[in-house]
Amino acid sequence: MIDWPEPFVLRALAAGIGLAIIAAPLGCVIVWRRMAYVGETLAQASLLGVALGLALQINLTLAVVLAAVAAALILIGFGRQKLLALDSVLGLMHHATLALGIVSIALLKGPSVDLLGFLFGDVFAVTQVDLYWIFGGGALVLGLTLWLWRPLVRLSLHGDLATAEGVDPVMPRALFDILLAVTIAVAMKIVGILLVMAFLVVPAVAARPLASTPERMAIYAAIVAVLGVIAGIVLSLNYDTPGGPSIVLCMSALAAISLLAAGRFTR
Amino acid sequence: MSGHTAPNLHGHKQDASLDCGCGHVHACPPDRSALVSARGLSLNRSGRDLLIAVDLDVRPGEIVTLIGPNGAGKSTLVKLILGIERPDSGTILKPATTRIGYVPQRFEVDAAIPMTVGGFLALGHRVSSAQVLGALTEVGAGRLIDQQLSRLSGGETQRVLIARALLRNPNLLVLDEPASGVDYTGEADLYQLIGDLRDKRNLGVLLVSHDLHIVMARSDRVLCLNGHVCCSGKPDAVAQHAEYARLFGPDGGRMLAPYRHHHDHTHEISGSLRPTPSPSPRGGA
Repeated sequence: MIDWPEPFVLRALAAGIGLAIIAAPLGCVIVWRRMAYVGETLAQASLLGVALGLALQINLTLAVVLAAVAAALILIGFGRQKLLALDSVLGLMHHATLALGIVSIALLKGPSVDLLGFLFGDVFAVTQVDLYWIFGGGALVLGLTLWLWRPLVRLSLHGDLATAEGVDPVMPRALFDILLAVTIAVAMKIVGILLVMAFLVVPAVAARPLASTPERMAIYAAIVAVLGVIAGIVLSLNYDTPGGPSIVLCMSALAAISLLAAGRFTR
Repeated sequence: MSGHTAPNLHGHKQDASLDCGCGHVHACPPDRSALVSARGLSLNRSGRDLLIAVDLDVRPGEIVTLIGPNGAGKSTLVKLILGIERPDSGTILKPATTRIGYVPQRFEVDAAIPMTVGGFLALGHRVSSAQVLGALTEVGAGRLIDQQLSRLSGGETQRVLIARALLRNPNLLVLDEPASGVDYTGEADLYQLIGDLRDKRNLGVLLVSHDLHIVMARSDRVLCLNGHVCCSGKPDAVAQHAEYARLFGPDGGRMLAPYRHHHDHTHEISGSLRPTPSPSPRGGA
């Protein structure tokens, strides 16, 4: 059975649950604004941050956060031009950043760097310092998300209506992108670059059929995410499966149940 | 024709008679009594002139309808009036007392966003639930208060949007193609509602339409837009105008059907009567 007092298990649970709660409202906005692709690009830019951190010999988490925020600022800049659709820009950046990140890490450190650890994360390698990042940064992200919540809901419903009613159309969206970048960069440690967007989006998808208001959707998404983290960690410990993918798998199972049940009751 | 007689506040020549606006002479100053008064609005995007020297006034209690083909700049002009976009040149005078209620075009709520009608009306407003219900009742949609926004029909959505606009206590209502996605009967009901709200609240109304039947008859003034203002004036005068005929074809004038007040019959496009109930001649919402 599981050895609960093990500190690494407690750290994994604390980190996973903390991130699940922070990510839930962000995940809802991602689903409403259909910006999963933006998140993927930010996640892959984070790998460039790893390379940057290794090259400059600075704190890797800080380097990853900086790289993701820089990518968000570039995307915000691209969003303001009308020449190319954002989708086309993302299609290019998406894969180019992943390839550049992997090549840079290989050149810098040789094959000894645990690339798989970055791609899939390692929830059981969470350190005390990581927890400070998650809870300190997380409180800031959550607070700002709550502050932006109403403008984001109104802009998601109808941008022109919100703008005509006096909502600033630029600042909430731009700040949201930056918050998203920070969250992705920190969550990467747990679920990895390839699955971090699932960590954000899947609980929101699971919550949608259960909710009748935007606020309830965010709360239900947080509950689903926390359940997914706990179930995933238990699964991982019992069957020796990788932590991040186990968590995402459990979240996906909850989403499937929610969607199937909704389909049954509404028809 | 509408029983409402608009106060003749039209101070300038181009309103008194028809204005073949291609000369772009805009001698008259902005009208300070208007809820919004625009002069010489021009907007160019990517080398294309979307609007050329457009003048527009909406006064209290007046329904002004913007008509014109697709791409004529109707929605662009609305965005300038609302302040969503800025003109390259020209001025928009909006007195501090002007409060705009906006009903946008094509309001399709993504089913991914859970939102009740009541929650939507209260969103960003300091209003009581009694005020929310009051606004919904005023537009005949009180029963929708607990419905999900994404499940409403086209006509229901428009009424909910008008209720949201009314909660802002406007004196100018701006509606961008309110009848898109609404069936024929619903469209007549919707214009009836807008006209009634104007009468009751003395609202100025700026209405965008590419649809000519029904809507023009109730308007006090029609602006025919195609980048520039091709012609403007009373509905029947515009309908006989050469520029109007060129844009909408020789049958355009026939589209000027009488306004429908009763619910025991509907009008064909030609104006002949047809008893209800009958299937909607156009697709439902």
